[in-house]
Amino acid sequence: MDLLVEKAIKGDRLSLSRLLSSIENNSAGSQQALDALFPLAGNAHIIGVTGSPGTGKSSLVNRIALEYRKRRQTVAIIAVDPSSPFSGGAILGDRIRMKELSGDTGVFIRSVASRGSLGGLSISTAQISSVFDAAGYDKILIETVGAGQSEVEIAGLAHTTLVVEAPGMGDDIQAIKAGILEIADILVINKADREGADQTELALRTMLELDHPKPKIFHHALLMDVVPLPDQQPDESLWIPPIVKTIATNGTNVEELTNRIEIHRQYLLNTGFWARRDSERILHELETSIKQQLFQGFISGIEPSDLLDVVQKIQQRTLSPHNATQILINRP
Amino acid sequence: MNDKKIRVLIAKPGLDGHDRGAKVVARALRDAGMEVIYTGLRQTPHMIAEAALQEDVDVVGISILSGAHMTLVPKVIELLKANGQTDVKVFVGGIVPNADIPLLLESGVNHVYGPGASTEEIIHDIRTSMTV
Repeated sequence: MDLLVEKAIKGDRLSLSRLLSSIENNSAGSQQALDALFPLAGNAHIIGVTGSPGTGKSSLVNRIALEYRKRRQTVAIIAVDPSSPFSGGAILGDRIRMKELSGDTGVFIRSVASRGSLGGLSISTAQISSVFDAAGYDKILIETVGAGQSEVEIAGLAHTTLVVEAPGMGDDIQAIKAGILEIADILVINKADREGADQTELALRTMLELDHPKPKIFHHALLMDVVPLPDQQPDESLWIPPIVKTIATNGTNVEELTNRIEIHRQYLLNTGFWARRDSERILHELETSIKQQLFQGFISGIEPSDLLDVVQKIQQRTLSPHNATQILINRP
Repeated sequence: MNDKKIRVLIAKPGLDGHDRGAKVVARALRDAGMEVIYTGLRQTPHMIAEAALQEDVDVVGISILSGAHMTLVPKVIELLKANGQTDVKVFVGGIVPNADIPLLLESGVNHVYGPGASTEEIIHDIRTSMTV
């Protein structure tokens, strides 16, 4: 494993690939490998791409990656697709839209199955991302499953989160529902050549104005916007997600979108939000890690037959799940 | 705790545009609990080998109906080996004349399937090839 780590950070792609597998599979030694890589990570710009299925996330990731390659940035892509809850298997088809990236050693695409995780990422996504980070990739693009409204996990991991919408996916009530739109740093309306793109834009714009009301003043018997003076510094702590219309299949406006992503990165760095997001993420990862380790330690100390016994009692309704948990945790 | 899943790349090299067979196999493998990476039509051997490398697959399944298998399949195997993926198993499905089957097996293919092959057979062969 040490050799694998050493070769992976020196740019050996097969070693990197094998390292990712061992981390995904939670193989022996993978935790040590992550520990060894940890000091090297922390430099990459992590960009999340989320949105409903069929909005064109994969095609858009393909185009953004191509744009970054023009700008001489190396790109790692983590494409998450769902695992079957029945068989545990998966069909990972995001690469179909990423053929143009083939043959470029500055790009590394890895398809990942969600393996039972429900937040749009897999449990190992953060770890895979940190391996790419340590291996020196400048940009890490993470494409989520695309389950829809509750897929907010990505915002905790990415520096910049893109929420991709497409025309005709729902009315303005969808736009004011809680959840996925609230996590957007940039809103993308893809398939902008389709009918209804303007309505989608209007709905999103209305939602944004509710979230970010402009200061108004009562003047000359009218409610007027307060226009900041030209020499007045805009309030840097307020980021209003821009709306960018794209057509991923032919690349329309992807350059502009990429510029916006870079503006957001600069904004995070200038305002100190970059560091703040990092510390929030670290806290979250620490909590997850504590939960996992406590759970592993706890569950390995229980006889499977005891556990089955409790399950039966719950099934017979002689014990509630809550009481059962109390009993198990407080056992001598 | 090891959560290893069998990872399979299903690839369609060359120019034929019929991927029903590849999709049926992909779905059967999914239902057998495997993680299947499907890359779509018209892949070059270089694209296939590159995807196999980045995805660290255990198996490459090549679906080919165009008759170009004697050119494309050995090329894929050669590239896999050049990348250091000597342990990857290669399965071929499609229209392969009987006379070509021994030649393909000799070039490093593990199994060749023609029309009528059952998905159970393929799943069984993949699982068996993992244990040896």
